Amino acid sequence: MQISAPFDYARAESVDDAIALLERHGPEARVLAGGHSLLPMMKLRLARPEWLIDINDLAELDFITEAPDMVRIGAMTRHTTLLESPVMARLFPIVADAERVIADPVVRNRGTIGGSLCQADPAEDLSTVCDVLRAKAVIRGAAGKRVIEISELRRGPYETSVAQNELLTEIRLPVRARSGSAYEKVERRVGDWAVAAAGASVVLAADGRIEDVAIGLTAVGLEGTAHRAEDSLRGQVPSEELFTAAGRLAAEDCNPVEDQRGPVDYKRHLADELTRRVLRRACALAAQRG
Amino acid sequence: MQITMTVNGKEMTREAEPRVLLVHHIREGLGLTGTHWGCDTSNCGTCVVLMDGQPVKACTVLAAMAAGHDIRTVEGLANGATLDPVQQGFMEEHGLQCGFCTPGMMLTARALLDKNPDPDETEIREAISGQICRCTGYATIVRSIRWAAEHPATEEVSV
Repeated sequence: MQISAPFDYARAESVDDAIALLERHGPEARVLAGGHSLLPMMKLRLARPEWLIDINDLAELDFITEAPDMVRIGAMTRHTTLLESPVMARLFPIVADAERVIADPVVRNRGTIGGSLCQADPAEDLSTVCDVLRAKAVIRGAAGKRVIEISELRRGPYETSVAQNELLTEIRLPVRARSGSAYEKVERRVGDWAVAAAGASVVLAADGRIEDVAIGLTAVGLEGTAHRAEDSLRGQVPSEELFTAAGRLAAEDCNPVEDQRGPVDYKRHLADELTRRVLRRACALAAQRG
Repeated sequence: MQITMTVNGKEMTREAEPRVLLVHHIREGLGLTGTHWGCDTSNCGTCVVLMDGQPVKACTVLAAMAAGHDIRTVEGLANGATLDPVQQGFMEEHGLQCGFCTPGMMLTARALLDKNPDPDETEIREAISGQICRCTGYATIVRSIRWAAEHPATEEVSV
């Protein structure tokens, strides 16, 4: 039987209450969102908090709000909600692409976007999605709220810039005209972590050239986005030759390690191939929305 | 801590440590052993119960997190002697052999049909894709759920 070490439990009734509880219980208190990463880690004693602050009752953090220039997503929005959201499907097709291959439908009923980003697993699909959509993260603490670029959120594997007494409350996705996005993942079996995955977001200029592009890779040791591949595409007219070159650059710039999910050369091959595929689809979608 | 939750329509209060998982609370605390305890790692799905109508893996939810919520277990499917169409479907179409995965499969099926009363095979397979059956295979389970969709109200049967 896998049971965690003992801890104390408190249920937050509001964001302010959650922050107050984190302040009161100090460095050994952890926020409990969907629990599908934290509880398994606690069972294995990879995490051993003394207090859990349960934020599952915070309906105020479960929302998807569309404005002309930005979509705001509450940190406690569940994977299932994101997968089924018509707003996401219309503006950010990459979100449903990724959500469809995150764990399984029952786990997706519990897991949240905020929990996923704060877990900061190197194989976390939504980290890549938020990277390429150039998301912003809203973080609240006792002193107020701060808004940071998503690139400033992840500090390394399982580490973020959210302080112990702070709460990630919201993700903001900028809405851009003539944009398209896509995500593709290769997994050993349904619901597994990625062997490798790629995500891309493309904005086309009025003349059809690539105005802006972001490429992210999951589980293959790429910090941030694939800058050389992105630079090779900016200002160009989308073409197969261009995607091939970009895939090669992205594969060169990642740094996969061999593990039970495959050897380095296989993962690099996937980074190359998946980059090409997501660029192809993201450009096609952007052209459609033009 | 005192944990009060509604289980199959009945309010139940028991003492439990915060670290007790919902699956153990239901089985040992409340004595409802219809919910099975399997892999312990949120993979196999035999521990699935409905929390506020949604399937959740009870090995990865704390009992404390379920306090104040509405839980439905396999014991809450039948209405007296009247089986839920999903239960009837599993009988008609041989949806089980050993029965270990059955409670989780049936509750996921119930939640699917509540949301989508006429799912096609692909939708059924997607819905149960977080659950593992190691004896009948999935074909008969899918057929059982289809049977339930086609027979939304079942007759009283003697069991």
